[in-house]
Amino acid sequence: MTSTSGIAFQLLQSLFVVLVAPLLMGWVNQCRAWLQNRIAPPLLLPYYTLAKLFHKDAVIARDASPLFRLTPYILFGCMWLAAGIVPVLATALPFAPAADIIALVGVFALARVFSALAAMDIGTSFGGLGARREMLIGFLAEPAMLMTMFTAAFISGSTQLTTIVHTLAHRDFAVHPSLAFAAVAFLMVLLAENARIPIDNPTTHLELTMVHEAMILEYSARHLALIEWAVAIKLFAYMTIGIALFLPWGIADAGDWAALPLAFAALGVKLVLAGAGLALLETLLAKLRLFLAPEFLSSAFLLAVLGMLIHFLVRG
Amino acid sequence: MSLAPLGGALACAVAWLLLGIVSLVPAGGAWFARRAAFALGALVGVALALVGLQALWQPAAELTLPLGLPGLPFHLRLDALAGFFLFLLGGVAAGISAYASGYFAGETPGRLALIGLQYHVFLASMAFVILADDAYLFMVAWETMALASYFLVTTDHRQGPIRSAGFLYLLIAHLGAIAILLAFGILHGGRGDYSFAALRAAELTPFWSSAAFALAFFGFGAKAGMLPLHAWLPEAHPAAPSPVSALMSGVMLKTAIYGMVRVIYDLIGSLRWEWGLVVLVVGAGTTLFGVLYALMQHDLKRLLAYHSIENIGIILLGLGMSMVFVGFGHPAAGALGLIAALYHTLNHAVFKALLFLGAGSILHSSGLRNLNDMGGLIRTMPHTALYFLIGALAISALPPLNGFVSEWLTFQTALQAPLLEHGVVRSLVPLFAATLALAGALTAMCFVKVYGVAFLGQPREPRHAPNVPAAGAAHDCGPAERIGMAWLAVSCFVLGLFPSAFVLMLNRICVALLGGGLPQEALESSWIWLVPTSRAQASYMPLVFIVVIVAVILITVVLVRRFYHGRVRYSHPWDCGFPAQTSRMQDTADAFGQPIRHVFGPLYRMKRHLPGPDDAAPRFALVIEDRHWYWLYLPVARLAGFVSEKIGLLQRGRISIYLLYSFVTLIVLLVFVR
Repeated sequence: MTSTSGIAFQLLQSLFVVLVAPLLMGWVNQCRAWLQNRIAPPLLLPYYTLAKLFHKDAVIARDASPLFRLTPYILFGCMWLAAGIVPVLATALPFAPAADIIALVGVFALARVFSALAAMDIGTSFGGLGARREMLIGFLAEPAMLMTMFTAAFISGSTQLTTIVHTLAHRDFAVHPSLAFAAVAFLMVLLAENARIPIDNPTTHLELTMVHEAMILEYSARHLALIEWAVAIKLFAYMTIGIALFLPWGIADAGDWAALPLAFAALGVKLVLAGAGLALLETLLAKLRLFLAPEFLSSAFLLAVLGMLIHFLVRG
Repeated sequence: MSLAPLGGALACAVAWLLLGIVSLVPAGGAWFARRAAFALGALVGVALALVGLQALWQPAAELTLPLGLPGLPFHLRLDALAGFFLFLLGGVAAGISAYASGYFAGETPGRLALIGLQYHVFLASMAFVILADDAYLFMVAWETMALASYFLVTTDHRQGPIRSAGFLYLLIAHLGAIAILLAFGILHGGRGDYSFAALRAAELTPFWSSAAFALAFFGFGAKAGMLPLHAWLPEAHPAAPSPVSALMSGVMLKTAIYGMVRVIYDLIGSLRWEWGLVVLVVGAGTTLFGVLYALMQHDLKRLLAYHSIENIGIILLGLGMSMVFVGFGHPAAGALGLIAALYHTLNHAVFKALLFLGAGSILHSSGLRNLNDMGGLIRTMPHTALYFLIGALAISALPPLNGFVSEWLTFQTALQAPLLEHGVVRSLVPLFAATLALAGALTAMCFVKVYGVAFLGQPREPRHAPNVPAAGAAHDCGPAERIGMAWLAVSCFVLGLFPSAFVLMLNRICVALLGGGLPQEALESSWIWLVPTSRAQASYMPLVFIVVIVAVILITVVLVRRFYHGRVRYSHPWDCGFPAQTSRMQDTADAFGQPIRHVFGPLYRMKRHLPGPDDAAPRFALVIEDRHWYWLYLPVARLAGFVSEKIGLLQRGRISIYLLYSFVTLIVLLVFVR
């Protein structure tokens, strides 16, 4: 069932995602700087930052437990796994049957729980604050994400991401109202889960508004580098999930190697547009007060549930 | 037909009974109960698990014991369903008993002998509940179980709150028992005898079968802690000694699930989808209630008890979906739901027992139950911390541990909804999946709170700091406790990583109960795949999953060390420029739950005392109560008080009046009965 070329492609795709992910981060930052009339940082800045962080000495609090030191590696492993499941270039992923969309949501949840635990490990007030807020966002974003996925699963009759993408890419151009709802909900979840405005601000160091940054305050050097890298992979994975579900056209089928260059080009265009769109959204929106975040996310959850119900209504 | 597994199971149950009785012999300060009883009990548990496993693969065996009342002998039967629950009982009890052999070693002889008796009678009665094949033996074993656990709950009966918790437990247990008795009565219908074979053969009209369903659901639900009959659970489970809490939450609640499946699927049969909807609604309410109230607790054992309510809700969601699908004539999807529910039953037994044992270790070594006093226990109790972490990840339904597998299967059942013909039901079923998703994420939040507050960070009360050799400084648990917790922690991994083996086992129960199981493609896939229906629809390979994560972690560690360096400097935590940081500034358990109080405020009955601006001694107090007490329990209690007061008027305390009552009764009887 799994050919050597399939496995090779699987490995290459994971490697591709892991290596390209910081580039997307750089692109989003660049676009945002342009939109805010600032001089943009270089596109490759995230790579320089990673290299710099890897070279530094790690500073760790005296009371840190092994959990604290292990967590960056666990986060990185989880995100690598996610990068292996999402069909980015082609639906031929021999590894994809190992985990379907529910398991994918589970992987993100695993990463979130570990980062929240690590944040509470040192026992500073900020760590606890960040962990509490992150879990608050997570408990609403995770079911919303799952419901979005279920809508796609009901349309395609499968929870395998590769099968879903294959079905959605090859359907006639029919408008699925349920997918429209799901897309909006997914966008809201993407913003929340990746610590973007309006839920969190990736560039803030203002104590009162921090969520993700508050959790990783105690990390430095190689541990911080791994976390930053994992964050970049997570953003990339979410973007490619969104692309795969809602704009799947151009993705290469299983065994269709000739379509791969086209898939590359399509992915590049879509990611450039999506990154610019994210930067635009972040420039237009203002950060919400923390207690408006549950409202934002519960509307995402309700939209996703509505999308699922509409699927049944329209079909039935 | 082979009698070997049934005989083995009977021998195990009797061995537990004997262990209990011998524990009572007070020779030499209860040395048997101290040294041997619990360890031997653990071995019996392992044997019972093996017997149960064997019974799963064999045809049902029956046996009639020459005991019981004249004309009402005890019938025993061991089929796939009973085998599975014996496996659960034996396997989990083995871990708990191993732990208990260390935990109870320091008890005083008198108490220890009593605990030894009650504990083993409790275990044996649960085995007899599962083995019973007639309503008579079932009820006898059921009541023995309730009484044995009542006495275990009230082990510390000198404390008032524990006595009242025990009373509440006994009261609701008996309400449930009456309902179960009535359900058996309806099934019996005045014909034949009370053996399950006769009850199974009964032909009931839809009305009477629905009545039997409602009574059985109510009765077993009371024992399982489903809404709104849950009030005893968060009182009684934390009151008991920790291994007993583990046994009650882990195993005893599961006998209620066993009873539900046995009576509804097996004895009543011919499931109706309306019943499924009832179960789903109750299950969804129970799930959300359990987790939302768990998030508000700061007593660790109470918190775990509320999570038991939540997990019972999740099991009910699986059962309800299964009934809906079977009721609409989709046995394959129904089998999937039943498998999901039973798998979660097993998983919950394992990880909840593990968590209660962990809570017991904390209580034993530091005397702490209040999360707000804990902190930094990972440094003083590293073993307990590791096992508790595994349990916490498992209950939070995170892959690749076992809790995820059963929730995954429940989701897959919900995703079969397009099969249903009924439009409304078809769109309702996924909504219950949404409830489950919400509850799963909330559970993860709750266990981040528990683990972060208890094990991580700094000790919140200075006297529990590790470097202060004061009384009450925590130390790790002993070897027996470690063995018990390790057994359950390894089970979490085995159940999580090799799910297809267990799904095959559970499929045999479905074949026996529903007459059909999973589709052929699901059964034929190789052992590392978990495929609920067909490979194109869904699959999950936890083994690949964990191998990839572990491999990436190892490769990353090696690469980072190889190309860069592993240099570390140790320093103070960063204080954000505010030098006077103390451990009291960390989040407490109550603080961690604050966002939930904010979001779900109307669901709680909150009493808050906020300090004013000019308070000399500012104090913040928050009491959260269960609304059910105010709209259900207290009114019912008042009504019962009122009624008994009125009936009490008859009781005059003078013998002439009582003789008058007898005289009037006789006259009335003579008039009417001729």
